[in-house]
Amino acid sequence: MTVAIFVPRDAAALALGAEKVAKAITQEIAARGLDAKVVRNGSRGMFWLEPLVEVRNGHGRVAYGPVKASDVKGLFDAGFLTGGDHPLCLGLTKDIPFLRQQTRLTFSRCGVTDPLSLDDYRQYQGLKGLEKALSMAPAEVVKEVTDSGLRGRGGAGFPTGIKWKTVLDAADPQKYIVCNADEGDSATFADRMIMEGDPFVLIEGMIIAGVATGATKGYVYIRSEYPHAIETMTEAVEIARVAGILGPSVMGSAHAFDMEIRSGAGAYVCGEETSLLNSLEGKRGIVRAKPPLPALKGFLGRPTVVNNVISLASVPVIMDRGAAFYRDFGMGRSRGTIPIQIAGNVKYGGLYETAFGLSLGEIVDHIGGGTASGRPVKAVQVGGPLGAYFPRALFDTPFDYEAFAARDGLIGHAGITVFDDTVDMLKQARFAMEFCAIESCGKCTPCRIGSTRGVETADKIAQGVEPEKNKALLADLCNTMKFGSLCALGGFTPYPVMSAMNHFPEDFAPTPFIEAAE
Amino acid sequence: MNMRISAGEFTERSLQIIGDLKHLEGPMLPILHAIQAEFGYVPEEVKPIIASELNLSRAEVHGVVTFYHDLREHPAGRHVLKLCRAEACQSMGSDRIADRVRELFGIDFHQTTLDGAVTLEPVYCLGLCACAPAAMLDGEVYGRVDEHCLDEIITEVRR
Repeated sequence: MTVAIFVPRDAAALALGAEKVAKAITQEIAARGLDAKVVRNGSRGMFWLEPLVEVRNGHGRVAYGPVKASDVKGLFDAGFLTGGDHPLCLGLTKDIPFLRQQTRLTFSRCGVTDPLSLDDYRQYQGLKGLEKALSMAPAEVVKEVTDSGLRGRGGAGFPTGIKWKTVLDAADPQKYIVCNADEGDSATFADRMIMEGDPFVLIEGMIIAGVATGATKGYVYIRSEYPHAIETMTEAVEIARVAGILGPSVMGSAHAFDMEIRSGAGAYVCGEETSLLNSLEGKRGIVRAKPPLPALKGFLGRPTVVNNVISLASVPVIMDRGAAFYRDFGMGRSRGTIPIQIAGNVKYGGLYETAFGLSLGEIVDHIGGGTASGRPVKAVQVGGPLGAYFPRALFDTPFDYEAFAARDGLIGHAGITVFDDTVDMLKQARFAMEFCAIESCGKCTPCRIGSTRGVETADKIAQGVEPEKNKALLADLCNTMKFGSLCALGGFTPYPVMSAMNHFPEDFAPTPFIEAAE
Repeated sequence: MNMRISAGEFTERSLQIIGDLKHLEGPMLPILHAIQAEFGYVPEEVKPIIASELNLSRAEVHGVVTFYHDLREHPAGRHVLKLCRAEACQSMGSDRIADRVRELFGIDFHQTTLDGAVTLEPVYCLGLCACAPAAMLDGEVYGRVDEHCLDEIITEVRR
């Protein structure tokens, strides 16, 4: 039997040398005349082990990592095709604790299958959710999604089913499904991983959304910083079209649905849904005032579902296993699972899908293993550049939309950046304002002007110019931006700034207080 | 405009690109991406052509081109090096890497070396946040960028 050797094609694995490893393995197979083939899978999401090479033999999949091209010859010499021992051997992939302890629903296939193999997709429960949706009335599909408790995974946490119902109830001959794949938040890569590692699940989720709401056309707006995701999604759409999954008759049904992949052009604000719609229409990515809601007047003025990648990619499993199955995971009003992305200065960085409810401390210290530098964790930023910085004192906060809001934070797209004790929180607060100034669309004054004034004020604090007065000014400015901005860019920039100032006042003192390293 | 092609040829190629894409819903960004892929940037001369083909004003086209960080109004160097400057990369020392790169090339962000070899650009997140700091050279991604990795990038650029 041909032995399958899995080498990820995920961008992060490529960034760590997976291409060279794949090439070296292919050469060794040829040189030794072995009965083996290389399969390019997605990533399992354990980036300290990438490139993670897996060998599938009679007992399951055995993992080796991190593998460098120069290790390949040695691996073959050690007989890794037949489970031979080697210092890089990690045992069975499914038994690696980081993976074993997860609840992988949305990411069940990511890293397991060949992303562009429809056979693999079907073999691992793919298309079952869509088959079920096609046998139901649209309103029943919407009800199933509503009952699952799924909330928008892009950050806002709006109930997905309610959004869908608004579009279903809107009478218009043309409706759209727009997938927001403008994943611009630092520390997030869940969208990228699913698009590169299991693109069909997103396609399936979008078709179900179309079936449920009566939309016949879908767009995936992918940020240009993700060329690999754009390439994989484009190929996957073509494959799905040829297979009759997309097109005038979805899997032989009476429903029509087709979709296109569109590339962004490097504007962070286009992750805001109305700005994204303007960009998709070919305009400047300026935020629109709401109402009207995109669900009623969205793309080209038509009723439009705008959902994040993970929201849509979670729908197939909900339809397949049922609303109750999904709803049983989680806590409070945060139901189901969330792919937490642990990043930055962290020992075990990666994607960890689990039910809502783990404490921040469990995630950072136990799952993430603390910092990569080995120094103490000083702060973690949760929710990207618009998320709050949390000190260790708040590490008991459970990972839940409401619990984070109660502590003046947000979970956003569930990315966590870990910082060690060398971080200067005044510098981070200044950066939050600087980033807002760079990326502001310019439509509203608090965001456009406030961010620039924020940078200047932070600089004055750093220079020791009337620090008390300027700290009060910065807080006042944050208040204006929070309540006066049109969208989350200006409105949420105060979160990192105020949390840095409130939780780490020592970094905002005129003469920085330097703590001893030990 | 690229001096190696005539004005007539330039117009013809632009019209071809626009013609291929104008049937799309919201064709502007796909057209601008295709123009940039063809010419390396979005030349001033193409704006009135797009405006006329899409029935827009020149100001509207200009507004779109200048809004997006990706769209260039001037040609870039032979290579484009993007360094991630966002928080996850900052936590792993990306500022030091940026200082080193600026020193090595003698340019700042948004600038091109005098020999036209490389343009340096900031990028706010490549989604490689668990293997920071990250960089992208002509679409190729690099993670855990350190001195050794920079050497590799510089060799590639100087080739």
